[in-house]
Amino acid sequence: MKSDAMTDEHVEPYAQDFRAYCIGGLLALVLTALAFGLVIFEILPYFERLIALAVLAVTQIVVHFRYFLHIGWHSHRDDLQLVLFTSLILFLMVGGTIWILSNLHERMM
Amino acid sequence: MKRQVVLHPGLNLGSADEYSHAQSEPVIFGFWVFLMADLVLFAILFATYASMSVQGQAGGPSPTDVFDLPSAFIETMLLLSSSITFGMASLALKYKADRQHLVFWLVLTFCLGAGFIGMEVRDFWIMTQQGAVPQRSGFLSAFYMLVATHGIHVTAGLCWMIVMLVQLLVLGRTTQVKLRLMRLALFWHMLDIVWVCIFTFVYLFGVAL
Repeated sequence: MKSDAMTDEHVEPYAQDFRAYCIGGLLALVLTALAFGLVIFEILPYFERLIALAVLAVTQIVVHFRYFLHIGWHSHRDDLQLVLFTSLILFLMVGGTIWILSNLHERMM
Repeated sequence: MKRQVVLHPGLNLGSADEYSHAQSEPVIFGFWVFLMADLVLFAILFATYASMSVQGQAGGPSPTDVFDLPSAFIETMLLLSSSITFGMASLALKYKADRQHLVFWLVLTFCLGAGFIGMEVRDFWIMTQQGAVPQRSGFLSAFYMLVATHGIHVTAGLCWMIVMLVQLLVLGRTTQVKLRLMRLALFWHMLDIVWVCIFTFVYLFGVAL
């Protein structure tokens, strides 16, 4: 238990870690508020609004990964590559499903 | 500024607890692989929802008819602040030698998470009262499937949190307990990321349509 003690050398990393969560939380709040604001106040024409919402969501996901999950370039293992590879798989599965099923829907009409 | 070696996703214990830090890499990497696989489950549900939400309404209610945006906003705020309070719990786990800070932040996170689940159940109840039940249309089946799967994950996280609170009180801050809490933190933050997709692509897209 002695290694748990709050010593002087921990003070600076503590401030650093604390700041990361604060920045992440603040950015996430702002991005969420912007996304809801876009829809509630009907800012931007319809199509641009959807694009803006998607961009805000992707930005917020990156913020969460960076500041809450601490995924970065300095990891010992290939955590970032795992995330990027999973994203690729997800993109193929989701994009492919939407593409194929909407195409099928058009043909059935 | 010297940088500690980052062994795994999430807040690393680093020099605050060298022993636990050294133990953490394999178990947390394994859990990280599970989380990525869990994302695949959500991705398939999202793909199903995306295909069903516009084309599968079967003359039933549309997203605009049934979604309650203020309620979704409150849920988002509850889950987001619970993510931030869990961050504070992670900081307490790493830097504070006592249990009180950690228990306080975990209990606060639990309350916010429980509030989220309460709001969600309330939303579902109101929707079913309006006749928007899962068997009404493909859109509603896919909606309940996706959002409830996320809700069940959050509920599982809440149960896990209770177990960890008991373990903290009984076992104290042992290496095992610390590593479990760090995995719970990853789980919780990941569920918040899934919720970002749900509120954007389900609620906001649905109402904007």
